[in-house]
Amino acid sequence: MAGTLAEKLWESHVVHQAEGEPDLLYIDLHLIHEVTSPQAFDGLRLAGRQVRRPDLTLATEDHNVPTTPGPITDLVSKTQVETLRRNCEEFGVRLYPMGDAEQGIVHVVGPQLGLTQPGMTVVCGDSHTSTHGAFGALAFGIGTSEVEHVLATQTLPLKPFRTMAITVEGELQPGVTAKDIVLAVIAKIGTGGGQGYVLEYRGSAIRALSMEARMTVCNMSIEAGARAGMIAPDQTTFDYLQGRDHAPKGADWDAAVAEWSQLKSDDDAVFDEEVVLDASTLTPFVTWGTNPGQGLPLGESVPDPETLGDDNAKAAAQHALEYMGLTPGTPLREIKVDTVFVGSCTNGRIEDLRAAADVVKGRKVADGVRMLVVPGSARVRVQAEEEGLDQVFTAAGAEWRLPGCSMCLGMNPDQLAPGERSASTSNRNFEGRQGKGGRTHLVSPLVAAATALRGTLSSPADLDAADAADADRLVGTSEGSR
Amino acid sequence: MHQFTTHTGIGVPLRRSNVDTDQIIPAVYLKRVTRTGFEDGLFAAWRKDETFVLNHDSYAAGSVLVAGPDFGTGSSREHAVWALMDYGFRVVLSSRFADIFRGNSGKGGLLTAQLDQSDIELIWKYLENEPGASVTVDLVSRTVTAGDIVATFEVDDYTRWRLLEGLDDISLTLRHEQDITDFEAGRPAHKPTTVTA
Repeated sequence: MAGTLAEKLWESHVVHQAEGEPDLLYIDLHLIHEVTSPQAFDGLRLAGRQVRRPDLTLATEDHNVPTTPGPITDLVSKTQVETLRRNCEEFGVRLYPMGDAEQGIVHVVGPQLGLTQPGMTVVCGDSHTSTHGAFGALAFGIGTSEVEHVLATQTLPLKPFRTMAITVEGELQPGVTAKDIVLAVIAKIGTGGGQGYVLEYRGSAIRALSMEARMTVCNMSIEAGARAGMIAPDQTTFDYLQGRDHAPKGADWDAAVAEWSQLKSDDDAVFDEEVVLDASTLTPFVTWGTNPGQGLPLGESVPDPETLGDDNAKAAAQHALEYMGLTPGTPLREIKVDTVFVGSCTNGRIEDLRAAADVVKGRKVADGVRMLVVPGSARVRVQAEEEGLDQVFTAAGAEWRLPGCSMCLGMNPDQLAPGERSASTSNRNFEGRQGKGGRTHLVSPLVAAATALRGTLSSPADLDAADAADADRLVGTSEGSR
Repeated sequence: MHQFTTHTGIGVPLRRSNVDTDQIIPAVYLKRVTRTGFEDGLFAAWRKDETFVLNHDSYAAGSVLVAGPDFGTGSSREHAVWALMDYGFRVVLSSRFADIFRGNSGKGGLLTAQLDQSDIELIWKYLENEPGASVTVDLVSRTVTAGDIVATFEVDDYTRWRLLEGLDDISLTLRHEQDITDFEAGRPAHKPTTVTA
C-alpha cells in the first residue's frame, strides 16, 4: 500500500503492536537538557532503573545558560544545571556542559554533529524537537514522564498521527527566507491548524532550501500545533551529512545513502490534509501579535481586530494589540524597536549569522537599539569568528555573545524589560515569554539585521532604497555645485 | 509502582467540589528538580488556614481522601498526583474526576475511586462524627467500607488491572523487553551512537 514518509518511518520503528493498545515505537536518538530531565532521572532512581541506551542519549546545557562570561547566578537555573551534571555522571550519559567545544542549543548540536540522520526517530523533552525532521526523521517533543520512559526503555507507546502535506512551489524572491515561508504557513493554517498532524513540507521551494533553512521551517511546525514536521531527504541532506563526526563512514555510508534515498512519500500516497503555498508571492513576514500565527507581510499595516475572523479571533487580536502597544492601521514598517535578537534553535546557525552579517556589514546599529547576536552552539561561534562575522557585528555596535537559548525564553539573564519591544529571530512571541511585559516581533535574520540598522521593522530592501536615495542626493549636490 | 489490592487508612473528609490542580499544588512548587518531596506543597494555600481538615490532628495522618465532585480539574501537572502520594494518600474518593488527573493518577499508582455522591455524603458524615476513623478500599471487590457503610465504586478495567499488578507505564513496556531487544538486534549498523566519534 502506498504510504507517506511519516507512515513509513512509523512502521519501520514499531517494536510491539496489539489491538487496543498504543504502538510501541523504538527511539533512535534521545536528546536531553537541564529543564525537563531532572524528575525523569529521579524517577529512574526511585524505581531502581538504569538508562537502557546511554549510547543513544546525549545531553547539553542550553535553556538556563548565561550568554556572557561567568557562572550562573540564578539559584533555580544553577540547581537545574548542576542536577543535569550529576545525573549524566551517575547514569553514564554524555554531556556537553557550558564552556565545552560541543555545547550549544540541543537542536543545533544534534544536527551539526551528524547525529540526526534520515529515517531516525528523535525525541527530546522540548517542543522544538521538530527541527530534526528536516533530515527526513520523525522527531517530536515529549514530556518529563515520557523522558523517563525513553531513558528506561528506549521506546515510547504512541497513538498514530495524521499526516498533512504542505506544498510550497515556485521560487522565493530575493530577501525572502525559510523563516518567511514558515511564518506564512502558520498564519495560513493557524496555531492549532496542525494539531494531531505530522507535516511534510514538499515542493520546489522546499527542495531548493539548504539544510539549515529546512531546519528553520521544521523547527516552527510546533507553532502550528503540529506534533512534528519533516522533509524527505535528498542530495542536499546527504551532502550536509557526509564527513560529519557521527555520520556513517565508508561502506556504512554507501549503505546508509542507499537506504535514505528510498525515504519519501509514494507518489500515490494519500495525506489526511493538503495545503499549497506559492513561494513566488511571499515577501518578508513579521508577527504583530502574541502568537506566531498573528503575522503579516512587512509591507502591510497593523490589522484592525474588527476585520479578523470570528469573535474569538477578534477578541484575541484586540488583547494582543493592547499587550503589544500597537494601534490598528500603523504601517508595520513604522514600528520602532528597542532590541534585536539574532539566535535561537530557529535561526542561530552559521547561515543565519552570515545572512545577518551581510546586511550589517559596514553599517551601524541605530541609536538607542541594542542588538544581541547569539550563536546557537560553540561550534557556530568558532566558525563565525573564523569567518570574521564577530568583527562585522561588533564593528556595527552589536553584542557578540556565548551560545545558548538566550532571549528566546526568560530562563536566563537575556530578557526584555516591561514594555521593551524586540525584533527576534526566535519562534514564540507569547506574552511574557522573553520577560514580563516584553513585546516581541518574530522575523527572519535578514529582517532582524535591517531592523537593527534602521530602528524600525525593515527589510534589507529598505536599506538599499535608503542608500539609493542618499546616492541620488549626493549626485544632485555635486551636480549643483558644478 | 507498588501493587494495590486493598488499603485501610484514615479517611479525610474534604467537603469541596472543583478542587483544581493549582489548589492541590500551586505552580511555585513546580520548579523543583526532584520526583519526591512534594508533600509540603499539597493544598499549600488551604493548609495556612488552621481550620483546614488536614490541620486537625485526627485527620493529619490520613491516606484516603474523600472529596467533592470534579476533583483534579485544571492544569495537567503530574505534580498533583506526586503531592498527594508524597503526603501519604493512596486513594481519592469522589463522584467525578477530571480526565487528565485520572490518567495521571493511574500512571502514578494513586487509586481514583468513583462513588455516587450520596455515598460520598454518607462517608463524610461518618468521618466527621468519628474523626480519625479508618476507611477500607478493596480494589478486588471494588468496595469501600467505612463503619457500617459499604459502597461500590467504579474504576476502569485497564487502570484496575495495572494497579492490581503494580504496573506503571515503564513496567508495561518492559513486558515487551524481548521485542525491544529483538528490534535492537535488527537495527542497521550505520545508525549513529552518541559515544563513538
